[in-house]
Amino acid sequence: MSDVIIQGTSTAHTHDAHGGHHGHEHHEQHFITKYIFSQDHKIIGKQFLITGIIWAIIGALMSVFFRLQLGFPNETFPIMEKFLGEWAKGGKLNPEFYYALVTMHGTILVFFVLTAGLSGTFANLLIPLQIGARDMASPFMNMLSYWFFFISSVFMFVSLFIQTGPASGGWTTYPPLSALKEASMGSGLGMDLWLISMALFVVSSLLGGLNYISTILNMRTKGMTMTRMPLTIWALFFTAVLGVLSFPVLFSGFVLLIFDRNFGTSFYLSEIFIGGKALSHIGGSAILYQHLFWFLGHPEVYIIMLPGMGMASEVLSNHSRKPIFGYTAMIISLIGITVLAFVVWAHHMFVTGMSPFLGSIFVLLTLLIAVPSAVKVFNWLTTMWKGNIRFTVPMMFAIGFVSLFISGGLTGLFLGNSALDIHLHDTYFVVAHFHIVMGVSAFFGMFAGIYHWFPKMFGRFMNNTLGYIHFFITLAGAYLIFWPMHYEGIAGMPRRYYDYSAWESFKNFESLNSFISIAAILVFFAQLIFVVNFFVSIFRGRKMTTQNPWGSPTLEWTTPINPGHGNWEGDIPEVYRWPYDYKDDGNGNDFISQTTPLKPGEEAH
Amino acid sequence: MMLVFVIIYQIAKASEYATILRGEEKINARVNRTMAWLLVAFFFLGLYGIWMCHEALIDRMLPVSASDHGVQYDSMFVVTLVVTGIVFFITQTALFWFAYRYQSTEKRTAFFYPHNNKLELLWTTVPAIAMAVLVTIGLRNWIHMTSAPPKEAMVVEVVGKQFNWLIRYPGKDGVMGKRDFRKINDANNVLGLDWSDKDNADDIIAQNGELHLVVNKPVSLLIGSRDVIHDVGLPHFRMKMDAVPGIVTTIWFTPTITTARMKEITGNKDFVYEISCDQMCGKGHYSMRGTVIVETQEEYDAWMAKQQTYYASANPAPAADSTAAAQPTTDSVKAITMK
Repeated sequence: MSDVIIQGTSTAHTHDAHGGHHGHEHHEQHFITKYIFSQDHKIIGKQFLITGIIWAIIGALMSVFFRLQLGFPNETFPIMEKFLGEWAKGGKLNPEFYYALVTMHGTILVFFVLTAGLSGTFANLLIPLQIGARDMASPFMNMLSYWFFFISSVFMFVSLFIQTGPASGGWTTYPPLSALKEASMGSGLGMDLWLISMALFVVSSLLGGLNYISTILNMRTKGMTMTRMPLTIWALFFTAVLGVLSFPVLFSGFVLLIFDRNFGTSFYLSEIFIGGKALSHIGGSAILYQHLFWFLGHPEVYIIMLPGMGMASEVLSNHSRKPIFGYTAMIISLIGITVLAFVVWAHHMFVTGMSPFLGSIFVLLTLLIAVPSAVKVFNWLTTMWKGNIRFTVPMMFAIGFVSLFISGGLTGLFLGNSALDIHLHDTYFVVAHFHIVMGVSAFFGMFAGIYHWFPKMFGRFMNNTLGYIHFFITLAGAYLIFWPMHYEGIAGMPRRYYDYSAWESFKNFESLNSFISIAAILVFFAQLIFVVNFFVSIFRGRKMTTQNPWGSPTLEWTTPINPGHGNWEGDIPEVYRWPYDYKDDGNGNDFISQTTPLKPGEEAH
Repeated sequence: MMLVFVIIYQIAKASEYATILRGEEKINARVNRTMAWLLVAFFFLGLYGIWMCHEALIDRMLPVSASDHGVQYDSMFVVTLVVTGIVFFITQTALFWFAYRYQSTEKRTAFFYPHNNKLELLWTTVPAIAMAVLVTIGLRNWIHMTSAPPKEAMVVEVVGKQFNWLIRYPGKDGVMGKRDFRKINDANNVLGLDWSDKDNADDIIAQNGELHLVVNKPVSLLIGSRDVIHDVGLPHFRMKMDAVPGIVTTIWFTPTITTARMKEITGNKDFVYEISCDQMCGKGHYSMRGTVIVETQEEYDAWMAKQQTYYASANPAPAADSTAAAQPTTDSVKAITMK
């Protein structure tokens, strides 16, 4: 055990010191301890990533099925019957299962892909490597974090195959719909499995988050002050803080829901007549759940966005060969976003009958969040200004990230203002807004990170040509899918409808819906290009020949090409300067590594 | 499909070998130029696409506003659209222009420019001021639309259930009687009216989800739900409010255009104002449709005169006679309460 759990930051020799009792430290590890129940943060990061990719394929495939229904409500697709069996008898999706697909698509993408798959991957991979630690504060807890996620995934996956189908009340699972079996088929066993899975997911997230925070605070190498940390680490730090403080509230909401569902309590239920009879519940509040849910739900949006912001900052700076502009302002804006993220949740609830006065306070706080977001955008733009830009694949995705973040962020100003939200609420405008900003934009941040750090993960490069094809199809496709949706939303077209043909106000969007569906299906197949590129490159990609292919000053590129557990051979490096010293080092390089001491007379940043 | 992948993969593989053979530096310079151009091309195609999309969809975007505050809504919407549109255009142009302008070349070296406090202060304050303006407009409108309804407003109750809307009018006395969910019975008491409360005797319930309103007369909706959360969505009136079991929510507005007039404006003889359920409520959510008929006072009175009280229609017993022939209420000035 002791050769796996390595602690201490400046005591670089701990590794070797323990080696003494256990024979040589680099003894051959069994496949199971090396790749499955691994405590190496790099392996755990890859486990999160690959699990995330598998979930992303499943979640995206679900969107293909429901887009087929939305785009072509009068057609039948026998291929759907092959995949979905009796849920799509005769190739036509059954409405109940349509809602199940929508619900699962949301849950999977929000939690399993863009939370676990994103911050799970990069917090694990980057935190120890970029702060100069040999591993996480608790590698064992870190391993548990992945395995709780895995068990949570199993429960969610099983729920797809049960007879009454998975949960189908939307990813927000508002009671009473989600609390009462009579209300919908998906509110039966499927909902129980959903709650079990999500509870386990919260455990996983907390184990991971606490670990990330304590590692960043305690295990930085000598010289790595907080203000010498790359922005990726700052972003991942605040991501973890958000998760640790808000997931428990979601958990409490789930516990009350479990009680209402199974033990006859009335936390969320009051005065309900359903299934031909009046229920005995009185005095609960259905809105209470929404407060508890969105107290996580809104920070969750930033849990998804911040890692992408951090990675985009890093990638934009690196490939522009220029320091990130306004490093301190970037940190302050991250702090601003983190703090404000906790006090804006009720902007999801302007039309629930909540006090209008309370609503107006949330309007003010919500629009305030636009200020730090704007600072970030302008700083990214200035980072590129007068740079020497290399259009590598990660850089393309980082540029796409900024473009999408602007497009999706601006529409938030409509929705955050209650006087406009009252018409746009729960329409396709919302769908367009959040898919662009926390869906595609966050994915672009993730792709930028994957293409950028793939060489660090696997010692090989991903194929560039496929990367460029993937980038352009996805960027153009994302805009083709979501841009027109704004128009549908402004017209008042509600989201989560199975069929619009009976609606005089919305049926004239049928051809537009077909167009969107075709674009969505093409983008789905373009993602398979990425998947193939990813998995083939692990084994066949061009090999890395130098330690630091991107010319980056940060610590992860000072490790060997295929670092073992412990990351650095010999001493861990000492840090002397900030992570964005992109200036002439006097030897023909346009950057100076963080491990290079300041020259005599040189001022620190 | 598989074949397409194999072909793409082979091309990609081949280009990789070519890179290695012909020297990485040279290829990278060419790829860099190509990508800079492609980004610019993407930007212009994108702008053209936005234009095309706008041309194609503008007519279907914001429907004509049919309520008083809807006009206010639309002007605020346009202001926000202009503000965000300007920011969108400036920032996206800067992004793609910088990408093209500062593409890597052999001659160029990046400008070491880590920060500039003045600039950062500038783009903290300018967005903050812009936000303050938007918040001010928003709150002014918000306070207006959530204020107490005018005294002369007519009151109608809208209750959602899986998967249709039940509409209750207070009847001649202008008062809604008590109701209790434990008294609900789908056969003869869909809203659980308490028959011991005399105020219920003349209440009228429309089970076809048809909400009749009088043009230019404010209406206050009392919204409730029998089972799960629904939402009364009124896109033409720019209004929306959840229907939550256990509590009563309210909205009020003044319809300004009759359905008949709207048919002329839209040139659609089938035009009808619709109530859409905007909160996911189960498998029939997409079919939970109500309609709103906005008509003149005379038309409304004539329609109301034909309605039977719910008590009479649910209990075709002798007791119903006295109320069945009741005259419709046109005097809703009388204070209206719901117990």
